[in-house]
Amino acid sequence: MFSLSYFLQQSMNGIILGCIYALLALGMTVVYGILRLINFAHGALITLGAFFMYFVFFRLGLPFVAALFLVLGFGGAMGLVLDLVAYRKLRGGPEVALLITSLGFYTFIENFTKLIVSPQPYAFKTPEFLATLYRTPYLTFRTVDVFIIFSSLLIMLAFHLFVKRTKLGIAMRATAENLEVANLMGIEVNRVISVAFVLGSAIAAFTGFLWGAKYGQISYDMGFLTGVKAFVAVVVGGVGSIPGAMLGGFVLGLAEILSIAFLPTRFAEYRDGIVFAILILVLLIRPSGIMGIREEVRV
Amino acid sequence: MKRRIPQELWFVVGGLVLFGALFVAEKTLNRYLLHILILMGIYSIATVSLNLTNGYTGLFSLGHAAFMAIGAYTSTLLTFPVPLREAYDLPRLPWFLGGPDAAWSFFPALLVGGALASCAALLIGAPVLRLRGHYLSVASLGFMVIVVTFAKTLKGITRGPMGISAIPLYTNVYWTFLWLFITMYVVWRIVNSRFGRALMALREDETAAQVLGIYPMKYKLFAFVVGAFFAGVAGGLYAHLTKAIRPFEFSFTLTFQIVVMLIVGGMGTMSGPVVGAVLLLALRYALKPLEEHLKLYGLIELVYALLLIVIMLWKPEGLVGRKRVSARGRQERKEEGEWARFSILR
Repeated sequence: MFSLSYFLQQSMNGIILGCIYALLALGMTVVYGILRLINFAHGALITLGAFFMYFVFFRLGLPFVAALFLVLGFGGAMGLVLDLVAYRKLRGGPEVALLITSLGFYTFIENFTKLIVSPQPYAFKTPEFLATLYRTPYLTFRTVDVFIIFSSLLIMLAFHLFVKRTKLGIAMRATAENLEVANLMGIEVNRVISVAFVLGSAIAAFTGFLWGAKYGQISYDMGFLTGVKAFVAVVVGGVGSIPGAMLGGFVLGLAEILSIAFLPTRFAEYRDGIVFAILILVLLIRPSGIMGIREEVRV
Repeated sequence: MKRRIPQELWFVVGGLVLFGALFVAEKTLNRYLLHILILMGIYSIATVSLNLTNGYTGLFSLGHAAFMAIGAYTSTLLTFPVPLREAYDLPRLPWFLGGPDAAWSFFPALLVGGALASCAALLIGAPVLRLRGHYLSVASLGFMVIVVTFAKTLKGITRGPMGISAIPLYTNVYWTFLWLFITMYVVWRIVNSRFGRALMALREDETAAQVLGIYPMKYKLFAFVVGAFFAGVAGGLYAHLTKAIRPFEFSFTLTFQIVVMLIVGGMGTMSGPVVGAVLLLALRYALKPLEEHLKLYGLIELVYALLLIVIMLWKPEGLVGRKRVSARGRQERKEEGEWARFSILR
């Protein structure tokens, strides 16, 4: 049973799950880096993105590329709305106020979705051109697997270049480094934060589509644990580090899949528990994560 | 010191009035309303104990449902009637808990449930509370997922996903409100002591508190552990009221309800949590027929979430709380005018 092909197959599954976590962790780590906000609402955007894709692509029958861009735009718009409606008002207050509000938004969006669609999960068919099955001696995969890995890597690369090379990206890093100083340097901090929310949310909505296409099922509560696990990935990789977030995503995805693949089947139900056990271990042994720097406390 | 004696007296008088009112309530209300009243008491216990960490200490724990689950399962396993254990696939008690023919009475079972919840809090708090407060939110949430997973998978003890039913009905208004009384008294005593002031100092400014010689870890852990104890008791009361517990009941939804109750009522106040719990449960049972008739599943949670957002944006101190401007914030605002709005990173 534990042959090379089994190992490769499971590793691929782990990497794909890792891609999903890594994409979500990107948006979360930027927002956390700037605002010290664990954005629970980020998880809700996965759900929204998945259902939005379901409606524009399967119900309305729009072409795939157009639907993708609509999903990205929709996610970004939602991120902007959340920032403008709520988070902006709370800046400067106690940090915990932001956290509570994001929790409120998560639950609001989840139950809104539950009310509008249905409490039952929806079947999400993989688009036909992504469903072709390939068999090789070691690995069996579908086009969608390749699509997920490549589009994720592309987004991560683009995000990396954006943050390192463009003016707005540099402004974003400066804001995360020190908000007040960045403000004094003439950076429009509010705009930078909005951009961070828009980008993160657009990516999260896209991830919702990837999730549906890969696992074939979407439901109103799919975003909660996925979102929280993405934050676990942020912590594992090192809070505030963008490469760390991606690395953390892959580590977590691989650890989750491989641990259930190689433990006896009766441990399969411990899947979510394993992820959080990893979190507690990391917090115990190396709270700054793999690539993070110790957070210093300034008076 | 002079002011303390009359305040203690208030507790005694309040307690007497409360139990007088309960006696009347028990004689006049029908069973459904009495059930809701007891639930209000149980949720109040949970909310008051959550207030100790989330309100007074400024930590934000999201694992309250997990402690309630531990208390519920522990006390149930202790009190479950011996003749029924065989039929319900529940293990008999080992020798150190009284042997196979023993079933505990209610009060000590609740205490043990609370104590076990406290131990769990100690275990989870010790590594996590050394770190920045945020980590507690995620770690306690993760802890909740772990506890629910165990409740689902340890079939030999918890009967897995189908849960335990036929739990003896021990909870009544008197037990519930006695515990609420104890919880409020303990929290009140903590808050009005050196210990409580240390907790609030940590909430306002951790660095300044450290400079004054307050060791954060010790105080935070204490608040977390005491809060968990009463959550465990609330869980035990809940189990012996509804007579059936299933793992999924103790999930994020329950935590979220308690958090909303606390925030709507007012974090860091004595009466706020009770006001929040009573109001929101009343709202829940008012909306319940609507949700069921119109098949709008999720309506209640939606309203709760909306309330939470509205309160956070427009009245963050809650219904009962008074606006609290920390000395530091006020000074900064005076000095820097608009800039203080951006002082998020410290």
